[in-house]
This record gives sequence, structure tokens and C-alpha cells, in this order.
Amino acid sequence: MENIAGHKPALRWVVNISVIVLVLMWVIPTTGLLVSSFRDRDQISYTGWWKAPFQQEQNQIFRSQPPDTQFEADGEFILEGNIFEGEEGKVLAFGTSSRDPTRYQPNDIGEMSKSRTMVVDNDGNYRIASPEPHSGNRGVRIFATTSQPPKMTLENYAKVIFSEGLGQSFLNTFSVTIPATVIPILIAAFAAYALAWMEFPGKYILIACVVGLLVVPLQLTFIPLLRLHNTLGIGKEYLGIWLAHTGFGLPLAIYLLRNYIAGLPKEIIESARVDGATDFDIFRKIILQLSFPALASFAIFQFLWVWNDLLVATVFLGNNEDQLVMTGRLRELLGSRGGDWEILATSAFVSIAVPILVFFLLQKYLVRGLLAGSVKGG
Amino acid sequence: MEQVLFALGTILIGVTGCIAYFYFSNLVLDIIFPNKGANAGRNINLTLAIRPWLFMGPAIVLLSVYLVYPVVNSIWLALHDSNAQQFVGLDNFFWLVGDSKFQESLRNNLLWLIVVPAASTAFGLIAAALTDRIKWGKLAQSLIFMPMAISFIGAAVIWKFIYDFRGEGVPEIGLLNALVNYFGGEPTAWITLSPGNNFLLMIVLIWIQTGFAMVILSAALKGIPEETIEAAVIDGATPLQIFFRIMVPQIMGTIAVVWTTITILVLKVFDIVLAMTNGQWGTQVLANLMFDWMFRGNDSGRASTVALVIMILVIPIMIWNIRNAKKEMS
Repeated sequence: MENIAGHKPALRWVVNISVIVLVLMWVIPTTGLLVSSFRDRDQISYTGWWKAPFQQEQNQIFRSQPPDTQFEADGEFILEGNIFEGEEGKVLAFGTSSRDPTRYQPNDIGEMSKSRTMVVDNDGNYRIASPEPHSGNRGVRIFATTSQPPKMTLENYAKVIFSEGLGQSFLNTFSVTIPATVIPILIAAFAAYALAWMEFPGKYILIACVVGLLVVPLQLTFIPLLRLHNTLGIGKEYLGIWLAHTGFGLPLAIYLLRNYIAGLPKEIIESARVDGATDFDIFRKIILQLSFPALASFAIFQFLWVWNDLLVATVFLGNNEDQLVMTGRLRELLGSRGGDWEILATSAFVSIAVPILVFFLLQKYLVRGLLAGSVKGG
Repeated sequence: MEQVLFALGTILIGVTGCIAYFYFSNLVLDIIFPNKGANAGRNINLTLAIRPWLFMGPAIVLLSVYLVYPVVNSIWLALHDSNAQQFVGLDNFFWLVGDSKFQESLRNNLLWLIVVPAASTAFGLIAAALTDRIKWGKLAQSLIFMPMAISFIGAAVIWKFIYDFRGEGVPEIGLLNALVNYFGGEPTAWITLSPGNNFLLMIVLIWIQTGFAMVILSAALKGIPEETIEAAVIDGATPLQIFFRIMVPQIMGTIAVVWTTITILVLKVFDIVLAMTNGQWGTQVLANLMFDWMFRGNDSGRASTVALVIMILVIPIMIWNIRNAKKEMS
């Protein structure tokens, strides 16, 4: 196909640019979240994430030092300080009331009630003077349009992992995922071998059943299984969800592995049989090693599916600290911290970091698995 | 930490248990029916007949308990009242037909069924065709494929951020409203506006599924015999003609597989709706409706009835899949 595009430079440009546009459309959403997860909380809510690397111009409200820091000079009571409190920044305009927050240029004298005056300079130093002593225990509000350098921080990550409970949920997700990935593989591999290389009545009906079960909607299974689990006493236990994920994952596992194992060279298996090996020996010594790529494909599928699952976990696990998985936590945060994007973005990123890592490292096997059995729907 | 150790312990016990089961059951079989001695011939035949069932035993038990039994039990539940106590005949189905939320869900699901598979397959096909022709195609494919690894709920957060609406007088930090603003429009809480909000939710799934379609279709495109394309080039066909008249018809089978796979997924779409609107503002779908009746309504009869409707919608694809599998085997 190279030759079609290769001969015409104009066409090659069109193709390249189209792909760039397509890739951007697919990458930008995730990028927005990734960038936001490193931004300062205030800056997220004042400017869009695409402005993150630039100087941040924003309207902010500050408070001066409290009245107990005032001092007297030339018969006036003075409050002094810097609105940036040690951080870098420039003041572009300031105001004394919320009705007109950008009324004064830096170094202008702003008028306030009770004959007070306020001056803010370029660097954020302010001086509020009053003929009477300042009263109350809170500082005076200062409205300012500021320009600050972009602030990038890891604080959000520390916050969600340690105080929003995402660290615990990470462990919970791990506890669900690993057994639910490992257990089905062995069970499926034996069944797949039997369906591929052994002769027995009803074999084709069984294969048809496996293909049929691939698409059974999980919704259908929840109420009966939950009742069953409750009767058995594993209604909200890890054991219950491991078994459930194993059961749900088996059709795909058997289907993928059977296709692969059935395609292995006949000679190998037959010569082993002639040498007197039982099927158990053949499976153990030959099949398991040869079908490693298929086993890896399924393992990745199952891992991603279980790690990312919200539905099964909501049904078969509880909501307490020891059981809430990351997807469940994310759903909860969406409800309770709806507008706090620094929390949501960071939590989402923590929860998708592992699958993305697995994806990029093991993409080869994932693609191979997809090509071998593209009938699974979850 | 404790439960991680518990999990690791379970893996160990589970895996050892599995291995022990397979090992000892086969050992016992060989001891009871040794393949030498007086009855060697009969014994060999017996072990050959029994061993497959030892291999498949655990799988058959698990599949029966976790997939077959629930299907049967759901039918029974759908014919009973909310606590599964009283037989109510087809009452749940009559209720369902008249329920406005169900009608809304069915309508939305049909919309999803048309739009998402079509758009994902189309984008996937375009992406596959284009990336096959450039040097950095593998990288481009990787990046488009990546959302596949992201959970639906994670994707919902990503897109909720894009659709975010802040209100008047506050700078918009959602990409969509920032763009609307830039082009002189009025920022709006788009997610609450029916029926357009349904499409905003669909975009999320299209974004996730396009990579899947692309990977499968790209492999299919690579499998097209070079001669057919070369012949078309010699005959003076334009690239577009080659694509639509020569290449697409040859991968129709694969397109159908991709389409049905995404269709099944769409029927069960749940997390995205739950996280972004929870079925409000006219966006309810069947899977979320079922969830509603199961947890909030606490009505096993109605919930099972809704689930059965999803099952009925899946059945044609199930039959199609089984037929295809049969064809491949013979």
C-alpha cells in the first residue's frame, strides 16, 4: 500500500495531517486530565488547563494581615504586608470592593469606607491606612487582578492517596484483581485442551455453549448470584467477587485458549501420545509452554477488565474502607467532590495509571488476543 | 496490607488447589484403570472417556453456577413480585411496557445501538487505513488505542471535565464551553440538555471503542492480497476508489465482527451513564435502569424483567456468533 501514497507527495501530506488531527482528538481529553492533576487548586478553577504553562492572569480576593498586627504612624493606623506572601507575582490592577474589583492601577490610592485608604503596588505590597484603629479580628479584603507564574505541584497526589482514601482503594483493587486474573487461567486451560484435542460425546455442543455464554449480559446474573452468595455467606466478601469474576471470565478464556491450542501442530501431540504420554502429561509438559502467548493475552484482558470494572464490584463487594475499589471510590468522589477537579483529575489518574502502564508494556499480547477472539463484550 | 497478603495467600491456595485437583484426579484415574495388566484395552478406553470430564469439570461447574443458572433463575424471578415471594405471571412485563422510564431507556438504547457501533467502526476504519500508510503509524495507533485501557468511570471523569460548565462571569475551564465561548457562543450546561446530551455520552464510548475497531480492521486491511490492489492501480483507480471498491468489500466480514462486538458492549453500557448523568435529563438506558430497580427500587421482579429485555436483545447476536463458530470448526 506504500505505493499508493508514496508516489504523490500531496497525498502523503493529507494523510499525515489527517492522522495528526485524529491522534490529537484522541489524546487531548486524557492530556487535559493529566495536566490538571499537577496544577495548583486555585489555578485549575481560574484558567483552563490549556493555559497551564503560561503566566496565570486571574482575579483573586486576598485578605490583609489581621488588625492585631497594626501599628501607628503619623497619627494613622497602618496594616502592611504582601498579598503573595512570599510567592512570585505581579499586580495588574486592584480594587477595594467586590463591585469594582479592578478600579485602581497599582500605586493608585484606593478609597474605602470610614475614610480609610488602600495602596497596592506592582509587587503586591499593600498599605491600608485608617484614622481610627482597625477593629474586628479578620483582615481587610483586597481585590486584585494578578499575574502569577504557573504552579505545578505533586500535592494533589499526596492528598488523594493519603487523605481521600485512594491509597487504600488501590490495595483493594489489587486484592480483587490478582486472584480474579490468575484463577480462571488454569481452569480454562484444562477445559480448552479437552475441547481442542480430546474426543468425547457432546464436545461441539459444549463449544457452542461457550460461544453463546460469551455474550450473556452480566446484568442478568446479579440478582440470582447475589441471593446465592448471601445464602452461602459470601455476599460481600472477596471470595465472592473472585468466584464471580472467574465465572464471568471463563467463556472468553476457554474460547481464546481453545482456538489457540487447537491450532498447535498435530504432530507434536500425536507423537507424544505414541510415546505413551497421557493427556495430563501432554498438557503439563507441552501445551502449557506452547500456549504462553495465548495465556498472556487472556491474562491481560482479564486484568484490564477486572481492574476497570465498577459494576461487578458494586454488586459483590461492600462500601466499607476495606472493600471499596478504585472505580467505586471514583464514583463516590464524583458525587461528593463534584467540582473539585484537582481531586477528581488526580484520583482518575491514579486509577488509570496501572492499566495504561500494562497497556503500553504488553500491547503486543493485547492486540494478539483481540485478533484471536473479538467477540467478547464484557 | 493485610488483605493483600490475604489475596496472595488465596492465589497460592487457589492455584495449588487447582493443580492438586487436576494432578490427583488424573493420578487416581490412572491407578483405578491402569493401562497395563489384564484389562488394559478396556481400561484405556475408559480413561479416554472419563479424562475429558476431569479436565472440564471445574469449568463446567463454574459456568453452570455463574452463567447458566442465573439466566434460568432470572426468568423465574421476572414472573414473581418484588421479594420473589408471590407468583405474578406477566405483571412485570405489562408494567414494563407502560413505564415511561423504560420507554425512554429503550429509545436511548436504540439510539446508542445505531450511533456508537457505526461511528466507532467508521473512525476505526479511517484510522486503520490512514495509519497503515505512514512511518509513525504504529505510534499513532498506540495513542488512539490507549483509551481502551481506561475504565469507563475514568473516561467519564475525563469527559465530564471537558463538558464542565462554570456559570456566568466565571472563566470556563471545560474545553467544550471554552471553545463555544471562543467562537462567540453562550456557555451552557450541555450535559443537562436533552436529547443532545445522549450524544455527549455516546462520544465517550466511541472514544474508547475506536481503537479496538482500528486494531482489528488494520490487521484485516494488511491481509488483503496485494495483487487486487496492484491491479486496481494499473487500471488507474484513484486511492478513494481503491479504498471503497477494492479494500472495504474484502474486509466486510471483519467489519461485521467489529460491529457486533461493539453492539453487545453498547447494550450493556452502564458506568458512563451512571457516572455522568445517572439517567437524569432523558439519558436513561436499560442497564442503568436495571441497576436502579435492583438497588434503589429493591425490586427483584422488575429488575430481572429489565435484564431479560437486554438478554432478548443480545440473543440474535448470540445465534450469529454460534453459527460463525460452527462454520469455522467444520
